[in-house]
Amino acid sequence: MTPTVEIDGVTKRYRSIQAVRDVSFRLPAGETIALVGHNGAGKTTLLKLMLGLIHPTAGGIRVLGENPAAGEFAARRRLGYLPENVAFNAALSGRETLSFYARLKGEPVAKALGLLARVGLEAASARRVGTYSKGMRQRLGLAQALIGAPRVLLLDEPTTGLDPELRVSFYEIVQELRDSGATVVLSSHALTELEERADRVIIMNRGVMVANGSIEALRRIACLPTRIRLTVPDLRPAAIPAWLGPVEGWRQVNGHLLEIDAAAEDKMALLRRATGAGAPVQDVDLIPPTLDDLYAHFLRSQETAP
Amino acid sequence: MRSIAIIAAKEIQEGLRNRWVLATTLLLAALALTLTFLGSAPTGNVGVRALDVVIVSLSSLTIFLIPLIALLISHDAIVGEMERGTMLLLLSYPVGRWQVLVGKFVGHLAILAFATVLGYGAAATALALTGAAIDAESWAAFAQMIGSSILLGAVFIAIGYLVSALARDRGTAAGIAVGIWLMLVLIYDMALLGLLVVDQGRAISAGALNALLLLNPTDVYRMLNLAGSVNVSAFSGMSGIADVVALTPSILLVALCAWILLPLTLAAVAFSRREL
Repeated sequence: MTPTVEIDGVTKRYRSIQAVRDVSFRLPAGETIALVGHNGAGKTTLLKLMLGLIHPTAGGIRVLGENPAAGEFAARRRLGYLPENVAFNAALSGRETLSFYARLKGEPVAKALGLLARVGLEAASARRVGTYSKGMRQRLGLAQALIGAPRVLLLDEPTTGLDPELRVSFYEIVQELRDSGATVVLSSHALTELEERADRVIIMNRGVMVANGSIEALRRIACLPTRIRLTVPDLRPAAIPAWLGPVEGWRQVNGHLLEIDAAAEDKMALLRRATGAGAPVQDVDLIPPTLDDLYAHFLRSQETAP
Repeated sequence: MRSIAIIAAKEIQEGLRNRWVLATTLLLAALALTLTFLGSAPTGNVGVRALDVVIVSLSSLTIFLIPLIALLISHDAIVGEMERGTMLLLLSYPVGRWQVLVGKFVGHLAILAFATVLGYGAAATALALTGAAIDAESWAAFAQMIGSSILLGAVFIAIGYLVSALARDRGTAAGIAVGIWLMLVLIYDMALLGLLVVDQGRAISAGALNALLLLNPTDVYRMLNLAGSVNVSAFSGMSGIADVVALTPSILLVALCAWILLPLTLAAVAFSRREL
């Protein structure tokens, strides 16, 4: 399948600041991609480049087979964008605002207004946007991004200001679009939230792409230890080597809980011994490295690199 | 074309909603009616051509007020939307930057034209209702005055966009807009007058004076209305200069149109180069 977004050696310089440095990746259709990084890591710049709002200093970008900055707008009609801190004209109502954006995209207004119900704004649709709360503005922003069933959806910090219930329905909508073959790019700080939802993670740091792959692939590359948590009634540290063998990096959490950070190659051997005959283990929990751990790891490894 | 119409319609909708249209129309109507009826009190009604007097007073009003209103609505158009963050979203839609600019221009001009026609039209209608005799020639001059007032508004909307496209923030844009208004509406004419008095007709030829007048859109407007019609120029005290200055109405119209197109083009160029 041809990728929907192709970025080849893209660099973007703002006067003295290099916002993005030699980044290349391809995004296929039907995937959710998490774009992760600190503030100022280049996430928003990348999204703006994909939208064609700014021109790259070097390199090439193709979105849906088109150069987004070339002034051709066929691809933009199939693109949805939710900016960070979305803002609307305060004087118009939610319904008027959404109608305006639907007309601008050349989509039927009635169909677009249906999106208001989907984001839970139907009751407030006749009110002026100026009276909306931050969460409501965010929902209106999401509704406008969804106009015309976009093939590529670029969402910059989409869940800030949404309450947990709306977050769930937001991810349902994202899931649905992804399943229908759209590429969804989510830029976010809320890593734990993205963990189960993202098919792929791209980690940015100071304008450089430090990692790009599925969470499983990143875990393999990072070789981070898996945390094994053993419940042992009447835990005595001195007795541990007797049934578990020589283990490094263990710590006692409390009277009956033992935590071991196990490297990938030792993990199975450890588990066999812990669950073998004679071991006083009542329960075993395995905690794989989280996206937070992976993120921290890749940032560290880039900073220590020459 | 479609995108331009959609953006223009939204500007008008916003103008109606935040009461710009209402405020501008009421202001112009109130001032025009005041000038029409109170303005003729000192002269009394001695059979002067009533509407021609109104044209003179309304033209003077236009020169002060229309540029100010136009700059007020336009100086915020680009830099304001950028600061509020609405421009980023708008430009992610399938619409070119020049289309955004032209759409806004059409919308803002429509608001100004509506206010001018209604406000000034109210004065003329009221005058006609009082039974004053108005001939066709006066009506034509009045229509020309309204038309050129709208053109003058368009000039200052375009200048406001240029300021808005270049300014770093809204405060700066507002400051520059006020400066431009003071310069073109007040200071330029005073300086020109002072220059002519000091010069005593030695260095500044009629041709140079023509050029100097064309360099200020408010002067172009003044020449077009106050010196244009024979009847009006007699009342306005502009007949003296009208004899010296060899600027035909068509030259003046071209000058006004150039004053619209040049800043608008420059604004489009500045806007297209601006980083978001």
